Amino acid sequence: MMEKPNKLYLKQLSDGDIVFENQIISIIKKEFPVEVLEYQNSINTSNFLKTAENVHKLKHKISILGLEKGYQLASKFEKELKSGMKIQQISFEKILNEISVYLNTI
Amino acid sequence: MKCLIIDDDATARLIVNKLCTSVDDIEVVKEFSNAIEAIKFLNSNTVDVIFLDIHMPSFSGFDFIKTLKAPPKIILTTSDRNFALDAFEYSCVIDYLVKPIQLERFKKAIDKLSIFEKNGETNDAKPSSEPSVNDLYVNIDRRLIKINIPDIYLIEAKGDYIKIKTESSNHIVHSTLKKIESKLPSDMFLKVHRSYVINIHRIIDIEDNSVLIKKDVIPVSRSNRGELMKRLNLL
Repeated sequence: MMEKPNKLYLKQLSDGDIVFENQIISIIKKEFPVEVLEYQNSINTSNFLKTAENVHKLKHKISILGLEKGYQLASKFEKELKSGMKIQQISFEKILNEISVYLNTI
Repeated sequence: MKCLIIDDDATARLIVNKLCTSVDDIEVVKEFSNAIEAIKFLNSNTVDVIFLDIHMPSFSGFDFIKTLKAPPKIILTTSDRNFALDAFEYSCVIDYLVKPIQLERFKKAIDKLSIFEKNGETNDAKPSSEPSVNDLYVNIDRRLIKINIPDIYLIEAKGDYIKIKTESSNHIVHSTLKKIESKLPSDMFLKVHRSYVINIHRIIDIEDNSVLIKKDVIPVSRSNRGELMKRLNLL
């Protein structure tokens, strides 16, 4: 079963500081859709190095949202892209989709 | 201690800032989303430590370190484990935090920082010829394995690889003797043959043109024998 985005990491860090949690979520809600669009533009034009940069940026948000396996997959995908491959593309995009859905619920 | 945070990612800056509030004696004086602005700030201000992202567009964390004449202590923050070995070539770098940064790991970095501050370690932006710490990180199967340098007793060249032998384990690493030699303290390690670097503190005996280290008999080339003899505390 695919892991789900969550606030576990944020809760650990925040130690009950709701303002901090909301600040992080607010930034992610604002930046994530933009970064996904940038990623899509790069991969659609087969600009692998640029796509690797986009994945690198996205993977930090993936990790903040508690997706440990997703983070590992993103790291693998980033490395693949630097070698001109995109085997993990579909799996990576599933993660992005999961996060998009999650961000609409919080 | 006054600190700066440099990271192009706003969430990362916010997280490091939050982590700083969780420990005593760290004051965040400024945050920057790019290294250029931070350099301008440092031209007229001083700080004790910088939390620095490596992977930033156009100007990386390493580029930033190279521009500073007298850098403060630096704690690198990155999503990429692969730069750890490069990172410790800079003596101003005292730790390397992999994102997402956990509070306990952050506290360890701050403890380390306090020790450096108490000991009055000097800063130096130039790549050091010797590692600033006792640990060596080697990349094996995409993992960075930490090896305690004094535990290494022998390094053997094997084609494009080297075999690092320690008290507890052996590691095969894609590297060269020359490269690893540059990372090891020269008062402890010596190249005795084109295929071997030894820890001279671990020698058991020397006979003709060979040394015995643990159970390994290592040849000593004629050209290296003189240097080896010089290093020994002969009676």
